[in-house]
Parts: sequence; structure tokens; C-alpha cells
Amino acid sequence: MSETTLGGIAGRMPKFLRRADPAVVTAFACIVILLLLGSLYSRSFLSPEYLLQQLKVASFLGVIATGMMLVILLGQIDLSVPWSVATGAMMACAAAAYGSAGVALAIPFGVLCGVAIGLVNGVGVAYLRIPSMIITLATNAVAQGLMVVYTGGFSPQDSATAAMRYLATGFTIPGVPNAVIIWALIGAAMVFVLTRTSFGRAVYGIGNRERAAYLSGIDTRRIVLIAFAVSGGLSAFGGVLLAGYASKAAQSMGDAYLLPSIAAVVLGGTSILGGRGSYLGTVAGVILITLLQSILSVMQMPEAGRQIIYGVVIVAMLLLYGRAPASR
Amino acid sequence: MKDWRYWLAEQRGTLLAFGIFIVMFAIYSGNHPAGFTANVVQTAANKGVLLAFVAMAQTLVVITAGIDLSVGMIFTLTNCMASWLVIGTGLETAFGVLAVLGTGLICGAVNGAIVIYGRLQPIVATIATGAVFFGLALLLRPVPGGSVKEDLADFLTGRFFGVVPASLVALLVVVLVVWVPFSRSEFGRAAYAAGSSETAAYMSGVPIRRGKFLAYTLAGLLAAIGGLFLTFFTYTGEAAYASGNAYTLFSIAAVVLGGVSLFGGKGSAIGAIFGALAFRTIGDLLFVFDFDPLWQPLFQGVILLIAVSLGAFALFRVRNRLEWFL
Amino acid sequence: MDGAAPLFRMEGISKRYGGVRALEKADLTVTAGGIHAILGENGAGKSTLIKIMAGVVAPDEGTMTLDGREVSFASPAAANQAGIVCIFQELSLIPELSVADNIVISDPPKRFGMIDRKAQRRIAEEALARAGASDIHPCALVKDLPLSRRQMVEIAKALARKPRILILDEATSALTAADVAKVFEVLKRLRSEGLALLYISHRMNEIAELADHCTVFRNGRNVASYPAGSKSDNEVVELMIGREYSHIFPPKPGPTAAAATVLEARNLSWADRLDNISLSVRAGEVVGLGGLDGQGQRELLLAFFGVLRGLSGEILIDGKPVSIASPTAASHGRIGMALIPEDRKTEGLMLPMTVRENLSFAALDRLSKGGIIDRAAEQRLIDDMVGLLAIKTAGLDIPVGALSGGNQQKVVIAKWLMRQPRIILLNDPTRGIDVGTKQEIYQLMRKLADAGAAILFYSTDYDELIGCCDRVLVLYDGGVKRELVGAEITEHALIASALNIHGEGAGPRQGVGA
Repeated sequence: MSETTLGGIAGRMPKFLRRADPAVVTAFACIVILLLLGSLYSRSFLSPEYLLQQLKVASFLGVIATGMMLVILLGQIDLSVPWSVATGAMMACAAAAYGSAGVALAIPFGVLCGVAIGLVNGVGVAYLRIPSMIITLATNAVAQGLMVVYTGGFSPQDSATAAMRYLATGFTIPGVPNAVIIWALIGAAMVFVLTRTSFGRAVYGIGNRERAAYLSGIDTRRIVLIAFAVSGGLSAFGGVLLAGYASKAAQSMGDAYLLPSIAAVVLGGTSILGGRGSYLGTVAGVILITLLQSILSVMQMPEAGRQIIYGVVIVAMLLLYGRAPASR
Repeated sequence: MKDWRYWLAEQRGTLLAFGIFIVMFAIYSGNHPAGFTANVVQTAANKGVLLAFVAMAQTLVVITAGIDLSVGMIFTLTNCMASWLVIGTGLETAFGVLAVLGTGLICGAVNGAIVIYGRLQPIVATIATGAVFFGLALLLRPVPGGSVKEDLADFLTGRFFGVVPASLVALLVVVLVVWVPFSRSEFGRAAYAAGSSETAAYMSGVPIRRGKFLAYTLAGLLAAIGGLFLTFFTYTGEAAYASGNAYTLFSIAAVVLGGVSLFGGKGSAIGAIFGALAFRTIGDLLFVFDFDPLWQPLFQGVILLIAVSLGAFALFRVRNRLEWFL
Repeated sequence: MDGAAPLFRMEGISKRYGGVRALEKADLTVTAGGIHAILGENGAGKSTLIKIMAGVVAPDEGTMTLDGREVSFASPAAANQAGIVCIFQELSLIPELSVADNIVISDPPKRFGMIDRKAQRRIAEEALARAGASDIHPCALVKDLPLSRRQMVEIAKALARKPRILILDEATSALTAADVAKVFEVLKRLRSEGLALLYISHRMNEIAELADHCTVFRNGRNVASYPAGSKSDNEVVELMIGREYSHIFPPKPGPTAAAATVLEARNLSWADRLDNISLSVRAGEVVGLGGLDGQGQRELLLAFFGVLRGLSGEILIDGKPVSIASPTAASHGRIGMALIPEDRKTEGLMLPMTVRENLSFAALDRLSKGGIIDRAAEQRLIDDMVGLLAIKTAGLDIPVGALSGGNQQKVVIAKWLMRQPRIILLNDPTRGIDVGTKQEIYQLMRKLADAGAAILFYSTDYDELIGCCDRVLVLYDGGVKRELVGAEITEHALIASALNIHGEGAGPRQGVGA
């Protein structure tokens, strides 16, 4: 059954998709299967309202996963996502409390705080060559500490600006939530950067073989630094949107985005070792994860079951196509 | 004659951690309102021992040049499990303890199997298994609760002869029963060898896979012992996501403070224990100096950041820039 | 041989790597209680031979007999079990473990399931004493020892395995003169104890002092066996010469009016690998780097390309001193340098990426405006290059790893030519590729030189140096030992100076890192 689905999709797709990574095709096939399973449970799963709602929820994860993908393509990882998200949200809301200038600058300020976290990560990874997993855990802890000090450990009282709420929940084009448009724009920009710019080529090159990239005259450290800064900025922007969605920031709002963002990227066929993967796959991964979450919650699966299913699905998918080559 | 100097060089990381701990603890107890009393020592020991067990677990995996981001979740899972099982008659309690420890072993073995035989990257694999372990914990304890055999708990968290904290004795016993045999076995050496240079270890015919697998498995066991003690201290089980994550994070900090190299092959669990105790004491220092406890997470984060950056100094000795990319 | 029954015999051993023949029906006989030297120039098949003996690679055909019984080894461990232990050039020691730990690593003594540290210490001390290195403390960590001491630990580790046949592959190349003397005493004692020793070295004086019997390899075949001391150094060099000439080289333009010096080094030294090197390359000139493998040629090229830190001495471009801090600095801007690296699979290419992406990778800054790649310009330049180098590929969008070795190497060269470099450094660019592509590379090199490029060309194939170079600098122990110009570049001269036995004669050997 999945065979026919795969074949059908591959046959109808334009040429550039037919060459696509089997992982991407598998991910899309899984989305279709999930939707079919869901529609067996309830008719409304195939309704446009439900699908748009899912896309809207997915777009927050999508923005965050975009940054994560850039870092994973380099063969690194960004574990500072949880508090980059929270910092972005809290700082944007905090800025909003400072008069009309604060309101105007709330979004850029939040994003800049994320970029700052990313820069620390980037300096640690690129220039001090600290393993990314370690340094990003450490900056995550520092960001958390800063936010705890700032907020006094409570959920901050400042609320999101109208602009933040508009970006997250408004409609510029009737029927299409703004959050989806934002994700589409960021996604398009990412596709352009990855495929058409020298920066994108360098990212893939470093992910494949940093040594060869360095010997080809690429300033590999600068590229890594920029990628981490972008990842931090996008995480924070995701936080800004989430704050707009919920009208305010919350202490552990980012915790729920670390594992899903890594999972979305990896399930979309991007190699965790770097150098291989397409943004289309990440889109598929993000939608897949969001649908999985949605279906589990519609089925009233408790949080425990969701966590277990997550972990198992990720390990299983990785074992299918994310393994390191056999040694010797 | 010169033997002791080599011993000293080998133990430098451990001794340094020991030194930091002694200094920190002296400052701590010197400024504690109650002073250096058996009570203060007992409280500090009970808090420190938890992190010490988790840090030992992390050490075993880090020695193989891997990382276990699920230790905190194994710790949480076994805590929840113990709050159900370690209760009842003496025999039931004993079975409960065995079941909890066995669960830890299985969790560790699953990690090891996925990383070594499944050839997945330790980071992603253990983040994912960590989610599974947390899910199981949540399944066991959707809300905090449960209970534990109180006489056993009080015995193991109290004091022997009125002075010696029982938890420290338990820690010592675990070191002697788990760490010492492991580090002196052929497999322990294989774990070190694989972490230091996998190629050289392969060329020398070392049992790399079994050594690494044993390291991951025992790490699960040690985290479970930590989870058991958490239950003894709190009398309850709680599937707390933030606390599990914090223990994972702090275990890395403790390992680094304890002189264990994150690049593998170097360090000892003893060092990590002192690293853990020192890290805990540093956190508590803020308390005795009347700082707002709000500053504690930031303070701990900054210590972690500094600790992981220290390793970067070796970089400036590299003379062939291509070695950056090995 | 000498009436004694052979302990170990290899007959008709052949081995091919891809299309390249490494060994062709080679024979070797080893007797107990003797030191057997193996000689041959780069790529003569020595390394492959001992790898087969030590169980690292399997032969394609041929038989091995030990004590008259036929044997085959599935792994290094199996060879060790049979009593054949090899000390490889690349160290197999574990840096973070102690000397004693390393010596017993493959079979530690155990008591109650745990490693018996006392017994381990005893074994290590015995082995170190047998290796003549009792000054090394068994508790010292290997990473804290200098290279020469580590090599002694390697020898002790090999001895602790109680070998019957001990193979030393350039085992003395990192040792100090004092250590070499000690190792020689040990080896002589082992010989008297009845071990068979196989000794591979390029140091003629060591072979003269040590060996009982010599075998010369050439083109994957054993061409001569003779008792040590029965041939002069010159006769030995003659035996090593005689590669099959299968290449056709483009004509050299001959001496031209002196062009400007483009690349120059003055007293360049680095760590203990480069020793006071001065050289210059003019525009339009192909300068070769010769010598045995591993005498500092690679480091020299990396030094020019900005990879090495802590260089002393000066590098001049167009007569002006420059400091080159990275490959980016070396390749961009005024300097315009390119390096065709040693290992195309890990240093030259990203194998999973497409031919197109690899080709434009080094020239991305030139092909893009404001960071955005000009795809039309890229296509034009790539088409030019694919035409110029006749790269055979099924398309530009297939992974470069799918191409043949020769075409991969062409991609590496082409990706640098896209920058139109003025200075081209080549690190053994023809290793492991087919004859046809080799000749295309020779033609291309001359064409580039004629167009004004300054070329520094390291090759392990003497034939190429003779056929392609206007001048050849022969390196030995990190220093330039001889410069050969024009007609002086002969195989005899290259081999003799590579072995450092010509000119100044077989002078006292130079200690490295003493």
C-alpha cells in the first residue's frame, strides 16, 4: 500500500522532486498515511480548516527547525533552542513595556537576543572548537539563568505587542494565517540561501568534509559562526511568534521545541552527520511531527504516551536511514 | 621512587576537583549559620550524592568519547519506579530495589545497543531515548506521589555512629563495587582505549564494542542508583522534566570539573564525584552569602560555560591547522 | 639459503589495488636467526608485502608457509597468534594510556577477572628492558613521551607478544642516533636468540651495519637477493633503478630567459619536520620535490599554503615577504596560490556532492555577486574546465564520488584552475590513477607553466620528476639535500640523493628531534 502511494507521488511530481531523497519521499508518504489514519478516526481530519490549523501550528516549529537544519547541515547541533526560544519571547515582551519605541523595536530586539546566544555558540564551536553539543548546552543554561534572574522565576507579566499577535494569529491574505506566510517566506529564503548562494554551498561543503572545505580556501570558521547566529536568531523569532500566539511569554515555553526541531530535520532526511539534506525534507519533517502530535492529542493520548511514541519513532527512523557507515 | 609522581600526574584532574571541593566546602561550612556540624555535612552529602551518582554514570560514557543525554531521564524514571516498588515487607523491598536497578541496566543497555550496534550518534540517540524514558516515568507518575520504605530510606540517608553520613558510605560502596572493578577490567581499559584513539585500539585488537557497551550499561545502573537515592530523600516519585534535564546538564558540568576529558579516554569517576560535590557546594555558596536564590541557575550556567571553555586551551598548541578537523 | 630450513616463505604473491599492480608474483624467504633487509624505491611493493605478512591485507594469489605448513591470516591478530608481529610506521599506541597499559593491551594479565597491575608492570618492565629502553617509566602516559620514545614503546610492545618473526617498517626513522644504537643491539641480541627479523629501511648505512641478507624489490617483484655486504651502494642503486618507462612526457622548453621569481622560501623551518629550507620557483618553471616519502615534502607544501603554525623563516611572493595565515589568504587576492592536496578523497573533494558543486567550490567568491552565485557564469566556466581537462562524467549533477579516480583527480585540479592560480602546488597528484590520465596531467602541467604559472610538484614517482621537471630538489630529513638541474635529473641521481649516499657520501646520519 505504501508502495503504491510512493510510486503515485513520485510519478506525479515534477522532475526536481523525482530526484528527491528517498527519505523525503518516505516522510511525505508518512504524512499521507497519518492523514488517512486520522480520517478513519474523524472525518474532520481532511477538512481545509483542520489542515490550515495544523499548518499554522507547524509554522512555529518550522521557523525553529529552519535554524536547526542549518546547524545540522554543518554536522553540528544546537541544544540551546529551548532558552533561545524563551529568551526571544521574553525579551520581545519586555521591550514592549518601554513606550512606543519599545513596542516598535520589540521584535528585532527579541531576535537580536537570540542572535547573541547564537554568536556565543558560534564562537565556541568555530574558534574554540568546543563540541557544539557541549557549548550549546552551556549557553542554554546561561540563557536560562539570565531569564530566571530577569523574570524572578515567574511567568513575565509583560504581554506581546499587537504586531507580534498580528504576525502569529492575524490574516493578511484571507484564509491563510500570517504565521504560515512567515514560515513560507523564511523557508523560501532558506531554500535560496542553500541552493543559490556561496554561503549555502560552503555550508554543505563544510558538513561533508570540513578539511576539504578549509583547503579550498573557504573561511570555514566564519561560515560556522554565521550559521549558529542564524539558528539562534530563528529560534528567538520562533519564540516571538509563540509569544504573539499566546499573548505572552512563559518560563519553559521552549522546552517542547528541542526534540521536535531535531526530529523534524532528521526525519526529513538531513544527515545528522552533516552535508546532506534538503529544505523540502525539513518541511515534510515539520508537518509530520505536527500531525503526529495533533493526532495523538485528538486521540487523547496522554503526554507520557506522546513522549514515548516520539522517542521510538525517531530512533526507528534514524535506524532506517540515519546510520553512520559501518566502520572498517 | 618516581612512581608517586606519575600517580600524581595521572590523578591531577581528580586531585584538583578534590581541592576545589575542599576549599568550597570550607568556605561554605565556615559561613554557614550552623557551622561545621554533623547536620550540615549530612544535608550537604545527601544533596551532593545524587549528582555524584549521575556524574559517575556520565563519566563512564564520556570516557568512551560518547555522551549520554538521557542520564537525567533514567534518574527520573527510576525515581518514579522506586516510589511504586520499594515498599512493603523486607523481601518485597529487596525485589523492588533489584527491579529498579535492573531497569537502569536495561535503559543503559538500550542506549549502548543503539549507539554501538545501531551506529547512531550518541547525542541524537540519547535525546530520543531520554524522551522515551521520561514518557515511561510520566506513565508511572502522572502526578507526583507514591511512597518508599521509610526505615530503609531513613537508614540510608541518616548517619552512622552519629557522625558519618550514610549516603557517603553508600557512595563509597558503589565506587568499590561498580567503578573499581570496571576501571580495572579488560573492558574498562577497552572503553578508555576506544575513547582515546579508536583506530589505535582497533589495531591493537582491543574489544572496543564490548567495552563501550558495558560502559553505557553500567551508566544506566549508576543513574538508577541515583534515582533510588532520590526516592529515599524525597519519599516520593515525580516525573519532573526540568529536574531530569538539569541533572543531565549538571552531570556534564561535574564531569568536566572532575577532570574527565569530553574528548574521551581520560579521567576517572572519582574525579567526577568530587566535581559533582564541588558543583553542588558552589551552588550552595550563594545561599550562605545571602544571594537571592534566583541567581543560582545563572551562576551554575556560567560555571558550566567556563568549565567547558577551559578545554579549548589545548587548541593553541596545535601547530598544523589541519588537526582542527580530525 | 645458508643451508638452514626457512622459517617462513612467500611464493608467487600478487596484489592489485583497483587497476594498479602493487605486487606481481613476489617471493620472499625468511630464516630464523637472521636479519633480512628489504630495499626498494617508493611504490616498489615493500609495504604491500609486509601488510600481507602481518595479516592487514589479503593477497590476490600466492602461498605463505610457516614451518613448512601453509598459512593465511584473516586479521593482524591472527598473524600475531602465529608469531608474526609488525611494527608499523603509523603508531598503534593509545595516547591517554600508560606505557605499561599499552604494552599489554592486546592480552593483559588478569587476576580474579581484573587486570593484574603488578604482573602488568612486571611484563612491561621486562619488555622495555629487552627493547633497551628501561629508561622509560612504565607509568608514564604515552602522549607525554616524545616521538622517539614512543617508537621504543612500540618495539617493547611488539616484543611483549613474544614474536618469532619481527617486522620493522622504517621503525628507526623517528629515533635519535643514540636510540638507533640501542635498537641495533637489541635486534642483534634477538637474532642470536633465534628470531627472524625483517628490516625495511632507506638508510643504507643501517642496512650495512645490521643485515645478514638483502632483497631488492622493483615494480612489485623481488629482483635480487644477495648476502649483505656483497654489493656496493652504487650496485644496489642500479638494482633499484629500472622502472618500466611507460609514460610519454611533453617536451621541456629548455632554459629560457630568466623569468621573475614568483615563489620563494628563505630558511623555512617548522617543528622537527622542516629544516632550514630555501628555494625559489620562477614563472613558467616546473620545480620538482623528490626524495623518499615522508621527508617533509608534504609539510613544505602545507607551509606555503598557510596551514602550518609557528613557521620560522620567510616566504616571499614576487620578492616581497608575506605572511600567509590560511588557505583563504593563500588562494585569494594577489597571491593566487593553489594546492592540489595529498588525499583527494578527504582533502580535495566532498565525495557526496555533485561534480558541479565541487568544481566551483574553490572559486565561489569569483562566481558570485553579493554572495549569490551567478549560475550562467558558473556554467560557462565549468564547461570550459570540463573541456580543457576532458573530464569524463555522466553529467554535472552526479556525485563526484561516482567518477573514476583519474577523473576525480581532474576535478580537483580543475576546481583550482577555475581561479586561474599563478602558483600551483601539487602533492603527488598522479598517485593511484590510470596511465592515460597521468599523461594528460603531465601535458596540462607543462601547458600551465608555458602560460606563466610557477609550479611546485611533489611526486613519489621518480619517472615523473625526470620527465616533467626543470629542476628537482631532493629532500631528506626535512631539509633540501641536493638540487638537480636539467640533464642532472636522472634516476640514479634521484635515488642516490634520496638515500643520501651521494655527494657527501654516506656521512653520519642525522638525528631527528634529538
